[in-house]
Amino acid sequence: MLLTATLSLLLMQQAPSENVDWDAEFGVEEVERDPATGEIPVEPYEQNNENAGAKPFTGDDMAETFGGRDGIRQIAERFVEINFADPRIQGIFAGHDEVRLRRTIFEQFCYILNAGCDYTGRDMKSSHEGLGSRKADLNAIVENLQQAMREQDVPFAAQNRFLSKLAPMSRDVINR
Amino acid sequence: MTPVFNHFATCLMVAPLALLPMSLCAQEVLSDTQSIDQAGTFPEYNAKLLLTNAVSAVDGASGGGISNWATIAGRQETRGVGVQAHVTAVLLPDFFYQSHGVALGIADRIELSYARQNFDTQDVGAALGIGQGYMLNQDVFGAKVRLFGDVVYGNTMVPQVAVGAQYKRSLDGAVASAVGAAHDEGVDVTLSATKLLLSHSVLVNTTARLTKANQNGLLGFGSVSDDSYAIQFEGAVAYQFSRRFVLGTEFRTKPDNLGLGEGDWFDVFAAYAPSDNLTVTAAYADLGSIATFTGQRGAFLQAQVAF
Ligand code: HEM
Repeated sequence: MLLTATLSLLLMQQAPSENVDWDAEFGVEEVERDPATGEIPVEPYEQNNENAGAKPFTGDDMAETFGGRDGIRQIAERFVEINFADPRIQGIFAGHDEVRLRRTIFEQFCYILNAGCDYTGRDMKSSHEGLGSRKADLNAIVENLQQAMREQDVPFAAQNRFLSKLAPMSRDVINR
Repeated sequence: MTPVFNHFATCLMVAPLALLPMSLCAQEVLSDTQSIDQAGTFPEYNAKLLLTNAVSAVDGASGGGISNWATIAGRQETRGVGVQAHVTAVLLPDFFYQSHGVALGIADRIELSYARQNFDTQDVGAALGIGQGYMLNQDVFGAKVRLFGDVVYGNTMVPQVAVGAQYKRSLDGAVASAVGAAHDEGVDVTLSATKLLLSHSVLVNTTARLTKANQNGLLGFGSVSDDSYAIQFEGAVAYQFSRRFVLGTEFRTKPDNLGLGEGDWFDVFAAYAPSDNLTVTAAYADLGSIATFTGQRGAFLQAQVAF
């Protein structure tokens, strides 16, 4: 009985012809980056500064402490770079669009620090859904952000003030 | 490439035997190459933010030096098990206190702790007639459960809240009853709320404790005249100077069941984490009057490892 079942299964597996497009066969979609931005297009969504997940600081203090838009860009890009290289969370970031992330993270930080940007990315809940991130991963990310801020000589009290805007997002960015 | 190939080969061999449709294998090959959206395949690791496992209180629970906090020992987060171990010494004018213990943290939810306290009465022992250098010893078994909230994350206005119980067993029942204590063992119940107010780099803790303990239990529990639970208060405020360094102060009220002038405790502490796994704490502690010997102020020193 088992033997016949096995045999018939084996027979059903026809030898594949030579020129099979395995990517198409397995549903692997070709990623086409936008030639202008270098980003992989995402599903359409409504753009809104509220997607940043926090109200911005008032006044210029925080923006200045973070070295203005240039300083914030350095911090955001370094932060993304460290995250993609961190063995603890590499697996979660692997395959995601680093080019887009550099831009949207910068926009989010710049918007929250009131340095004169709009945030055009997705909201925290929908952009982190299904990533499988855990609280330990959030800690890893916070440590990486602390490192990026430290490298730009942001004083620790100001680092914490900025983190106070991000910390309440935990319920949206942690999945399990 | 190699793991994918291997996986595919395994599928080829196993699938017919197990009567598995080949399409299932194909999907697994796919997920090998695209590990995204594959919740559960990432490495587990322990990574609390530095110092958020707190230090070890004298009774072995995670907290400040003299007060219990709502924090959970160990460096695990919601999906792991962590451990913490400490050695503490307090050098006082008339006494020498030493304690050590371990605590287990489970999923940042449950804490189980044990501490052994050794209190050297030095010359006071002779003066009290119990013997020069008489040692008062106590075992403390603790359990703490985080009810809700997070010390760092979530709603800024919602602290991490935990309820704890500590079973304390004095190993010197004879001395305890000689000074008038009603029992040589007792249970403390604590309710704590702790929050790191990131916008100010300030950590705040408040704890309410139901207890009968005399000098933490080292002089027994309750007294013949007053054997009821009293509610006591513990507070701590600390400023975070860096990821590794905090400076703070603590306050703890205590009952005076024995009428020996037992007073409140107070300290100023500095905690430093030179590495992920090590925390050293130094404090100036004012433990008031102990067994009628007043002015017990001195140095509190602790080394703690956590994983
Ligand atoms: C409060 C903490 C966090 C903040 C402020 C934050 C911020 C952001 C922002 C602004 C984006 C871009 C959304 C877009 O481009 O539309 C993003 C995407 C992403 N985040 Fe986070 N994030 C946080 C925590 C985490 C954690 C804990 C993880 C997991 C380790 C994570 C992994 C990712 C990944 C993989 C993406 C790319 C998603 C995609 O390509 O679809 N983030 N995050």
